[in-house]
Amino acid sequence: MKHRLFSGRAAALFAAFMMLLLAGCSDRPSPINPAAPVAEEQFKLILLSIGIMLIVCTVVFVLFFIVLVRFREKPGEVKIPKQVEGNHKLEITWTVIPILLLLILAVPTVALTFALDENHSDVEGTLNVQVVAHQFWWEFNYHDLGVYTAQELVVPENTRVQFTLDSADVIHSFWVPGIGGKMDTNPGITNHMYLDMPAVQPDPDKNIYVGKCAEYCGEGHALMDFKVKVVTQDEFNAWVDSMRQPVQVSEAAQRGEELFAANCISCHAINGEQPSPSGPNLKGYANRDLVGGFRPNETQWVKEWIRSPKDVKPGATMPAFNLSEEELDALVQYLFELR
Amino acid sequence: MAHSHATHATHANTKKNYTGIMDWITTVDHKKIGILYFGAGLFFFLLAGVEALLLRIQLMFPMNDFVSAQTFNELFTMHGTTMLFLAALPLFYGYMNYIIPLQIGARDVAFPFLNALGLWTFIFGGILLNLSWFLGGAPDGGWTGYPTLSTFNTAHQGMDFYSIGLQIAGIGTLVGAINFLVTIINMRAPGMSFMRLPLFTWATFITSALILFAFTALAIDLIFMTFDRLFSARFFDVAYGGNPILWQHIFWIFGHPEVYILILPAFGIMSEVIPTFSRKRLFGYSSMVFALALIGFLGFMVWAHHMFTVGMGAFANALFAIATMLIAVPTGIKVFNWLLTMWGGSIRFTTASLFAISFVPTFVMGGVTGVMLASAPADYQYHDTYFVVAHFHYVIVGGSVFGIFAALFYWWPKMFGKMLNETLGKWFFWIFSIGFHLTFFVQHFLGLDGMPRRVYTYLPGQGWDLSNLVSSIGAYMMGIGVILLLINVVYTIRKGPDAPADPWDGRTMEWTVSSPSPLYNFKQTPLVRGLDAFWKEKMDGNKGMTPAEPLQPIHMPNGSILPFLMSLGLFIAGFGFIYKDYDFNNALMNGLFNNYIVIYAGLLMLFGSMATRCLIDDPGYYIQPEELKEEEA
Repeated sequence: MKHRLFSGRAAALFAAFMMLLLAGCSDRPSPINPAAPVAEEQFKLILLSIGIMLIVCTVVFVLFFIVLVRFREKPGEVKIPKQVEGNHKLEITWTVIPILLLLILAVPTVALTFALDENHSDVEGTLNVQVVAHQFWWEFNYHDLGVYTAQELVVPENTRVQFTLDSADVIHSFWVPGIGGKMDTNPGITNHMYLDMPAVQPDPDKNIYVGKCAEYCGEGHALMDFKVKVVTQDEFNAWVDSMRQPVQVSEAAQRGEELFAANCISCHAINGEQPSPSGPNLKGYANRDLVGGFRPNETQWVKEWIRSPKDVKPGATMPAFNLSEEELDALVQYLFELR
Repeated sequence: MAHSHATHATHANTKKNYTGIMDWITTVDHKKIGILYFGAGLFFFLLAGVEALLLRIQLMFPMNDFVSAQTFNELFTMHGTTMLFLAALPLFYGYMNYIIPLQIGARDVAFPFLNALGLWTFIFGGILLNLSWFLGGAPDGGWTGYPTLSTFNTAHQGMDFYSIGLQIAGIGTLVGAINFLVTIINMRAPGMSFMRLPLFTWATFITSALILFAFTALAIDLIFMTFDRLFSARFFDVAYGGNPILWQHIFWIFGHPEVYILILPAFGIMSEVIPTFSRKRLFGYSSMVFALALIGFLGFMVWAHHMFTVGMGAFANALFAIATMLIAVPTGIKVFNWLLTMWGGSIRFTTASLFAISFVPTFVMGGVTGVMLASAPADYQYHDTYFVVAHFHYVIVGGSVFGIFAALFYWWPKMFGKMLNETLGKWFFWIFSIGFHLTFFVQHFLGLDGMPRRVYTYLPGQGWDLSNLVSSIGAYMMGIGVILLLINVVYTIRKGPDAPADPWDGRTMEWTVSSPSPLYNFKQTPLVRGLDAFWKEKMDGNKGMTPAEPLQPIHMPNGSILPFLMSLGLFIAGFGFIYKDYDFNNALMNGLFNNYIVIYAGLLMLFGSMATRCLIDDPGYYIQPEELKEEEA
């Protein structure tokens, strides 16, 4: 139906524009490559608005080029054009038509605004997660399950997650582009937002979604990433169970454990059933993909991080630790056994 | 006020003569003040442009380490702050100061002394803000300065320079706006009714009204910030019952009208340049005026669309979404009126008209993305991404800056008496506009692909590398374009041909006086007989305006150093406030600053100058008709 509204030229332009749009993008989930229901609804609205705006642009551009070609001053000609005051019919036309176009956009806008604002926390099957944003990392608290973690949000597939959004310091903004729009985390004022999680994909890489801080929050803002891991319901239950188990490490990690107790435990909890004192909870750290939110979780980077967090991630609030190479190795071994 | 009543002649004082730099520092002449605004605005424009180029070097490649994160944050904060407060608006103020009295047939603005005060507070505020680069680091909270990021770090003085520097510069902006309002209401020549005002004058009038209400809101917000940072107030601290969102509401109540403050003068310029170079009167004059007023009014009703993700709830978001979309209607009216002005015209392509004409499509592109952003649920995805950056640069560069450049080529002959080189001008136009589209068009897609704004770097492998490189190359093309403009300006000043009074076959009254305009503007106040007053006279076969009064003595104000001293006092006191608790490791400096001696010295200078102004009357002087006749001969 919609295609009939377009002239041939406009349709061609629209197709070219959409191709350009998609050419620049990988298959990575993003606002225009949505992977989950909320982002899909928002994408539909984006497409509708692009469509309406392309109609407007086409009309203006076509008129513009006609004017430029037809009414340029001919060489040698000095004519005084007719001084036209205005034209009521035309002026009413270009007042009314934009209003109609805007109505087409306004109705779904209002509908979706109200739909996305609903709070589903008491609905059966909804998973409630509290997000606490810190400079420059993310804390995820599953209060209903008594589980506390950081940096990696583990969620069961096809589930509605109702987020409670808080901040520990300045304003941040919680955003998973492929799954849905963002919402600010304001210090002292709690926000609510829900997102629907996608289904698990056969390709394991595709079950990990990049999350970002979208509100400028200081030096480390650019690197304040986190991950959303979508797993099956069974895997999720197993993960919750594992988070409730106390940490057990091998003989070889004893030295690291002592170092951790001496240097790290005052900030980092290693108990998944308790909120961490001030740094990210490190229970299950060995299973994380990244250190500092963006570097691969490998020995070299972990050591670099402990030696001088600010050099890896500007503005990081963790102090630098002056440990010997041997101590660092021991500590990393211990960290890599935190399952 | 520039009265011309002969009866006052006997009370006149003698003329005070200043020369050289003292002439510029003491001037109260609207034309010199206009040129100073223009020069200072251009300086800050270049400064903020260099900052932008440094930002684009950093973002040229993923994980680039050209500047540190902190430096990057200072650079983008100062780029935005400088461009909006110290470059775009002062450049417009330059044109307004020079052109508005000429367009309405006045000899000066209503308050020449106040005009000078506005200029100097703006300049000293701008200098104070930018000195932060050399004094421990520039502001780093973004041009929007959101607390609590902007208030919690009192060890770094950057945001103190922001709050106090902008406060001082803001006085200048407010004073200027009040002056324009009074001037346009009271000082129109006989016959210049409101519905005969040139569109640039209308745009100035409405812009000034917006400034009057918007900048007061900003002043309040800045006072809150200053008190939070310097006097341990807790306006934005939740722990003490404050609220960080308070800042955002007040800031955007200022900030959204600020966007229209930057675009309405450009609309006015377009409505002057397009008719002139189409040789056709503006299509739909009254609907253009009505649209300007409506945009100005609606501009105050939409501030919260900058805050859709703050968590205001569905009702507020839906309401502000609809209100924002409504603004597209008057804006659309303007765009079609410009197109229809050109329709049937005889379009000449000069550099000024190229900028004005290409403003139409670029501004439409910025406008339609604005409507897209107005759709609140879609904005949850766009918000704080490069899509927003692309949108507002299309509006501000493609709108305001194109307007500034169109006006630069259009009014340069009037302001400086020389014709800018058209060949260099056209090269400048093409390189600058191609660079502009290269820089910002790709940023739409970066944003849609999920790249947040205000990031000092980005990781490779996200598909953003090429677009960022293209964007940086485009930025350098814009830089090259601006260098061509500077070459043009230097060349013109040294070798350019003298400008006639009416080089473009103009329609409004600024083209009836010589280029540059004489000190008193009009020997005899002109009589306005219709819209496009000068064009009407030309069509009726007259060479100039019909005088509305006999040749008689012209009352002129004397120059004064006091506005400069008052602003300098504020500047010194500002420093005193910023460093009142600072430890210099130096007994003398600590003694001066920590005992508030610097604050008192600055304030004494301010109030002392004010007292001098109040107690010592300077009634100005008269130019006698004999002198005017001599000049003619």
